[in-house]
Amino acid sequence: MSDHAHSTTGLVHHFDDIEQQHEAGTLGMWAFLITEVLFFGGLFGAYAVYRSAYPEAFMRASSHLDVDLGGVNTIVLICSSLTMALSVYAAQKGSKRGIIMGLLGTMFFGAIFLGVKVIEYKDKWDHHLVPGDNFIFEGNPGGPEQLYFALYFAMTGVHAFHMIVGMVIICWMIKKAHRGDFTPGHHPLVENFGLYWHFVDIVWIFLFPLLYLIGAHSGSHT
Amino acid sequence: MAAHSVPLKIYYGVFLALCVLTFLTVWTAKHDYGLLNTPIALSIAGLKGALVILFFMHVKYSSKLTQLFAFAGFFWLALLLVFTLQDYWTRDMLNVYFFKPH
Amino acid sequence: MSSTLHTPAQHASATKGAKERDTYLTADYGWKSWLFTVDHKRIAVLYLISIMVFFLIGGTFALLMRAELMTAKGDLFEAETYNKLFTMHGVVMIFFFLIPSIPAVLGNFLVPIMIGTKDLAFPKINLLSWYIYLVGGGATLYVAITGGLDTGWTFYAPYSSTYANTNVAAAAIAVFITGFSSILTGLNFIVTIHKMRAPGMTWFRMPLFLWAQYATSLIMILGTPVLAITVMLLALERTFHIGIFDPALGGDPVLFQHLFWFYSHPAVYIMILPGMGVISEIVACFSRKRMFGYHFIAFSSLAIAIFGFVVWGHHMFVSGQSAYAGFVFSFLTMLVAIPSAVKVFNWIATLYKGQVSLETPMLYALGFIGLFTIGGVTGLFLAVMGLDRHVHDTYFVVAHFHYVMVGGMVMAFMGGMHFWWSKMFGRKYPEAMGQFAAVVIFVGFNFTFFPQFILGYMGMPRRYHQYNDEFTALNVLSSAGATILGTGFLMTIVYFLWSLKWGQKAPQNQWDAKGLEWEKAQSPPPTFNFEDGERIVVTEDAYAYTYEESHTGSGHEVKK
Repeated sequence: MSDHAHSTTGLVHHFDDIEQQHEAGTLGMWAFLITEVLFFGGLFGAYAVYRSAYPEAFMRASSHLDVDLGGVNTIVLICSSLTMALSVYAAQKGSKRGIIMGLLGTMFFGAIFLGVKVIEYKDKWDHHLVPGDNFIFEGNPGGPEQLYFALYFAMTGVHAFHMIVGMVIICWMIKKAHRGDFTPGHHPLVENFGLYWHFVDIVWIFLFPLLYLIGAHSGSHT
Repeated sequence: MAAHSVPLKIYYGVFLALCVLTFLTVWTAKHDYGLLNTPIALSIAGLKGALVILFFMHVKYSSKLTQLFAFAGFFWLALLLVFTLQDYWTRDMLNVYFFKPH
Repeated sequence: MSSTLHTPAQHASATKGAKERDTYLTADYGWKSWLFTVDHKRIAVLYLISIMVFFLIGGTFALLMRAELMTAKGDLFEAETYNKLFTMHGVVMIFFFLIPSIPAVLGNFLVPIMIGTKDLAFPKINLLSWYIYLVGGGATLYVAITGGLDTGWTFYAPYSSTYANTNVAAAAIAVFITGFSSILTGLNFIVTIHKMRAPGMTWFRMPLFLWAQYATSLIMILGTPVLAITVMLLALERTFHIGIFDPALGGDPVLFQHLFWFYSHPAVYIMILPGMGVISEIVACFSRKRMFGYHFIAFSSLAIAIFGFVVWGHHMFVSGQSAYAGFVFSFLTMLVAIPSAVKVFNWIATLYKGQVSLETPMLYALGFIGLFTIGGVTGLFLAVMGLDRHVHDTYFVVAHFHYVMVGGMVMAFMGGMHFWWSKMFGRKYPEAMGQFAAVVIFVGFNFTFFPQFILGYMGMPRRYHQYNDEFTALNVLSSAGATILGTGFLMTIVYFLWSLKWGQKAPQNQWDAKGLEWEKAQSPPPTFNFEDGERIVVTEDAYAYTYEESHTGSGHEVKK
């Protein structure tokens, strides 16, 4: 294993061997993901506080989201996670084509997700549901419903920002994969980026029920 | 360790499970279980998250250290939530209400 | 981009005369070799220079405040100006001096050497963290120049989000940015300590400085992101008025305090834990003894890091949190005193029957132990809800945290700088001057801050530019002390700079100390820390000082 690893390029001088380097990279990625959990955690904390304070208002506000679009986007993001996992699998097997196909798939589903998100944001804007001076909820300004939408935009906005960053990195990785930078024993970038992408998926897995589904049983929306 | 490769059928199996659970959570959300609505939704989400972490992120096959790190983030998130909510959920103990219903 | 980054090895000794050994300082010249360096030691020096700039800025704000408080009337500054002074003093000192001080300077320099490796795990990320720090610092200076900030360093809503007329959004962004520098440093240390230790360097052979750095890094990566999201929400609230912290729209200002203190209380431990690590190194070296209770000190660092996360509510006893939450946070706060006390008692036990010598670092270490104990015990006063009600927002609190932050962390930083100065720069500082300055700083510190305990207990509120006449005498005393304290710091900076050029050349092991940085690395170390090609293998525990063994008069059984 390590003999094989030594023969590949990419060992940075201050590591003893490629295995140590990979382990350090993976651990660093996990440490970074911990910070990401806590970063979103502040928003989830604010959500928990305000939802427990205003359960009815949150349900009312939530029923203005489109469950179907949210559900479709959930499936789309799960698809992108699958293609990402397949890309990592291909990297382990040394299939350059597999890596690139997986990344392109991830990119494709990511773009669909963001496109749907744009439609949803536009709809909220048209219905004066964007927090701020223009906010009107069923004829009233401000109030706890606005808190819901503030959190909705903060949480989905930060999430979408992570996806955009991810897609920029995918472009760069496709270029590198095309150049043949990833070998079966040395593809830490693909592996660690995979962790990042799956993490972003997990955030959405929680956002979907917390934002879209809490009012679903109380009747349909506009 | 990190090079451990997971069989493809596990990826597809997890993918299918995630899709099924998504439909399940939408379906349950359209019914009213009273106080249980949120616990049910969060349990399903937690299960989905666990599937992604364990299989897509390979934590099931990773070192103890990675598993500890994966756990630590959520543990600290729990600290944040629990110790914030233990304030909010006990505000009315002395008949002091901070959130008046609108 | 990556092509412009210098690999540290760039110039081997081939380009230089054989007579002069290459050190990390002389391996390469020119500003590019510094600004694009990935050598952890050079980055430590860059950090040292930058935090000293901010220390002088923050110190100037402090002296201006003490000048205003010389008299009971508000005659030197407007109230608004004074508000900006204490806010900028707090923001600059906490985010740009205290938090990066020991981790980013001494930690950056020493962590790889102490574990016997060539560099941190992610050298480029290390450099990136310094640049992020500079951007954050630049943004803060921009805020200071364009009207300042008057919210206090705590940014409490709704004042900050709705009413303040100063540039809160820009300041929030500055703090947001700076946070990432801290996260990257912490991440680097954690991975380095986990994955890069030399063969034989087991966890329980690590110097306690590393345990402290590890615990600090945990707080940095777990807490800082929450601060980032909190100030982001604050900036959103301030800019778009979305109601998150505005009671008129259903929001709750207390939520800001919860989220803010979830980071900012553990941040207090970011500031003190590395200092405790430094003190452990110094106490062992200048007692010539093994550390008493090594495992207890090591685990107490972790215990502080973990418990420190669940005590934040003690800042909010009078903010309207529930009585139950106050009770829980009060109880947990008292628990944190245990690991802190474990450290203090173990240091004292290490001193006991040791061969104590009083060079400058040891003077600072002893100062630390005393002052930190006072600061810690007065913290327990504040953990008691009933007493906190009386002294909350008074000078008692101000005195308490300055005893911990200045009496603790700054003393430790000074001690550490003196201890490792010759390692960093290859020259000795003038010892007699060092001892004199240490005494001046100690005396000045106590004159400055001890009167503030009394003032606070008498009821003088913090954050006012004027006060009742009966507080005058103690305030004058405090301001006089601040002058002495400032003089002490200036003296130190002057002789440190002097020694860079004219100081006596230092041997490899100035203190005859144990530890890889003394026994295996030259002063100053070469770019890769150790002799070319030497793979460090560790075979003994930390602090293998032999005084106990050789000194049978101690009355104890000699340990084998």
